Amino acid sequence: MKPPPFRYIAARTLEQALALKAEYGDDGRFLAGGQSLVPTLNFRLTQPAVLIDINPLDGCGGRLGAEPDKVRLGALTRYRSIERDAAMARDFPLIEEALPHIAHPQIRNRGTIGGNLAHADPASEMPAIVVALGGRVRAQSRRADRWIDAAEFFVGALTTALEPDEMLTEVELPVATPNSGSCFMEVARRRGDFALIGVACIVQIDERGRCAGARIALCSAGDTPIHADDAATSLIGEALSVAQIDQAADLVQRAIDPGGNVHASKEFQRHLAGVLTKRALATANERAQRVQ
Amino acid sequence: MLLSDFLRHDLLLAGTHVGCEHGVCGACTVIFDGAAVRSCLMFAAQADGHNITTVEGLAPDREHLHPLQESMRDCHGLQCGYCTPGILMTMKVFLDENPSPDEAKVREALSGNLCRCTGYQHIVDAVLLAARRLRG
Repeated sequence: MKPPPFRYIAARTLEQALALKAEYGDDGRFLAGGQSLVPTLNFRLTQPAVLIDINPLDGCGGRLGAEPDKVRLGALTRYRSIERDAAMARDFPLIEEALPHIAHPQIRNRGTIGGNLAHADPASEMPAIVVALGGRVRAQSRRADRWIDAAEFFVGALTTALEPDEMLTEVELPVATPNSGSCFMEVARRRGDFALIGVACIVQIDERGRCAGARIALCSAGDTPIHADDAATSLIGEALSVAQIDQAADLVQRAIDPGGNVHASKEFQRHLAGVLTKRALATANERAQRVQ
Repeated sequence: MLLSDFLRHDLLLAGTHVGCEHGVCGACTVIFDGAAVRSCLMFAAQADGHNITTVEGLAPDREHLHPLQESMRDCHGLQCGYCTPGILMTMKVFLDENPSPDEAKVREALSGNLCRCTGYQHIVDAVLLAARRLRG
């Protein structure tokens, strides 16, 4: 349960961090919050030659830039600071609702949004939320600076679209629109445990209360966050009814591919996905109607 | 070297306990720059320039206990005591930030600390009692 030997380098600037990652590639891992990475080291599931500590980097955390419909967060933004930010709660009710489910308070004190997304744990909440929101991440290296849509970012279990020399530096998220409601729900054995299933829903309505758009994303439902596009699209057109929500939940159950685990069989996960989708959609819709 | 091992073996502050070494049990919790963190998930080198409080720093002096420690004793909030330092440090920060919590909030704040002995009830009682005593 002790980490294997590695070389520790504290990066002082982003340029230095990127130069180191270019030099070491997959043999070098970034150390941000460490709340996912260090357990893998302590279990010796991963044995990087070099850890590049990016905690000392200034300007890599918190809100960057200001736009009316989008928020850009530095990768090193710790969940603790998001929890304590009233503006984040207002702009992202989906994130605010999910935060108490993300690990434990002590983990959130160190854990960062960039690290969480780059780790790409299939059971993790934030990847599903970022997919539901339709956000994107910024990947920087010495040779390139690009944005990757959330839909393309999560490639497999613990695998992202980041190249070996790239660092996730920012997360950009569209702000909740006034005519929408969202809901995040999760079932776990104990508070803070990995989700057996989690669902993030957004429902947008028009001036007559009819559904004009919807997003449904799930965590723990496959190797990556599952974006249930067919289910979401099926809701558009009329004011949401119980029958429509039931049908969407059915489509969600077909769209997912849960692996089952020691805490829940895949049949149970599929069952939970249906139940949570129904509840979350109904709540998101209610919230959207209330805003009107 | 993990921060938990550094505290225990280099600084000889063995009050911080090691339970799981992967961040789930909370026995290793210390206060780092004013926030409760898992010392088993940090490296000693990362502590350079930062402020750490361990359970050894909780009591004001050799003759007195911190109100949290007193109430844990008064409410039988510990049996083997292995989880206790982690809980004390977590609750110290929690009560600093939440001087009048209700039971639900205390349980929520405790969710990152596992206890195999007590069933948590007496720990919750101790925290609520300490909160009352701290409020004076």
